[in-house]
Amino acid sequence: MLKAGVVAVQGAVTEHLEAFERAFSDMGRKGQAVPVRRLRDLGGVQALAIPGGESTTISRLLQKFGLFDEIGKRAREGMPVLGTCAGLVLLSREGDEEVRRTKTRLLGLVDMAVARNAFGRQKESFEADIAVDLPGEEWRRPYPAVFIRAPVVTRVWGGCRALACVEGRIVLAGQGNLVAAAFHPELTTDTRLHRLLLGMI
Amino acid sequence: MPLEIDLSKLRHGTELLKRGFARMQKGGVIMDVVNAEQARVAEGAGAVAVMALERVPADIRAAGGVARMADPQKVQEIMDAVTVPVMAKCRIGHFAEAQVLEALGVDMIDESEVLTPADPFFHVDKRRFTVPFVCGARDLGEAVRRVWEGAAMVRTKGEAGTGNVVEAVRHQRTINGQVKELSGKDDDELFKVARRLECDFEVLKEVARLRRLPVVNFAAGGIATPADAALMMQLGSDGVFVGSGIFKSDDPERRAKAIVEAVMHFDDPRVVGEVSKGLGTAMKGLEIPAIPKEQRLQERGW
Repeated sequence: MLKAGVVAVQGAVTEHLEAFERAFSDMGRKGQAVPVRRLRDLGGVQALAIPGGESTTISRLLQKFGLFDEIGKRAREGMPVLGTCAGLVLLSREGDEEVRRTKTRLLGLVDMAVARNAFGRQKESFEADIAVDLPGEEWRRPYPAVFIRAPVVTRVWGGCRALACVEGRIVLAGQGNLVAAAFHPELTTDTRLHRLLLGMI
Repeated sequence: MPLEIDLSKLRHGTELLKRGFARMQKGGVIMDVVNAEQARVAEGAGAVAVMALERVPADIRAAGGVARMADPQKVQEIMDAVTVPVMAKCRIGHFAEAQVLEALGVDMIDESEVLTPADPFFHVDKRRFTVPFVCGARDLGEAVRRVWEGAAMVRTKGEAGTGNVVEAVRHQRTINGQVKELSGKDDDELFKVARRLECDFEVLKEVARLRRLPVVNFAAGGIATPADAALMMQLGSDGVFVGSGIFKSDDPERRAKAIVEAVMHFDDPRVVGEVSKGLGTAMKGLEIPAIPKEQRLQERGW
């Protein structure tokens, strides 16, 4: 029995819960996906998704309700974490001017620097099929990626590896048990990234 | 660096992107602001987006006369001040105002009954736009009509600028009840309902299958306290708009933070109680029967 959690502060929470359910079914495994709103909700959670939404809002509320440090601790101990969009920003070590101005505290887990809203405002949001640089037959198919006011990774170092690019900008990165996507795998029915995460348990 | 294969062009303005943007706002509070300073207060308090206005609905109501789209310079000033998404309102049916707001780069347009309607026949054809729209609704028929026209988010109309939540509750409960009535109905029966509600059959079928609206559904119109926000969330709203309720209160910053936290923990009365302590006076508010019917904003649009 697998147990996955979704940080349920704000944003695409139910979409991630449903994506985990689809992933369990695609893997032929029994599993449970739960929203994580309080410290006690993290009990027994083996893999965690931090959804898209507003990174400033999510960061502030994670601190206010005592989840921020615990998520950092569990991730450093090896719990697989998938951060999408705002979640990617929170996973990073280094933010941009916007992150500094809004005093957004980052989890600082992945050796990468990010820029928020890097493609522009909502009218510049886009869908694209991207090539993902991961081993295995199933990653030879393109990934349908949905970018909504998306951030990008501007620099990687240390243990972090760039896994996909759009127009020469990094939109997917990984470091050990941590995966950061600038796009929204939870908005499509492609479960490969959620399965990748569950496979690390 | 990984290999980059430009497999296909970037696709903009798709239904998935519009509805997806709305989904990212879920569980959040969208606040009305009239200048850069208020926008920063809202952002700092944890608003997921701000609605850029010249005047909040309570002041529009008090001023009377024709209410129009805000001065683009005002909207630009607010867009420059914050990193959260910025929304702005156009008049019902005024697609030229919507074009201006889209060109300006606002992240979502509210085709709003708070402004004076511009077209007696049609709402804006929202499918023609790249930018997503939110529209108000009092019942399921109205909500489905707006979704059919391309709205990516529906909100209750409530009665804006009153600080009185009763109309938002009425609209949310009405929609919930009408969605429930669809369950177990076959296509013939759904077709009859679609005719009765004067709305599109295919969208209605989707509502019946999902047992909810196919787009994000927010509460708006009269929300003034953390408990109001918790009430709407428990009635099934995906998030809330707070208009006059914040900057017409004693201590906007504290109230804004409290409403944000109440929305996150809407099902935990202890948190809602904790954040409600000592907030000062909420906006004074209006009783609905005290407003002549022709001055009720919710009657605008159809």
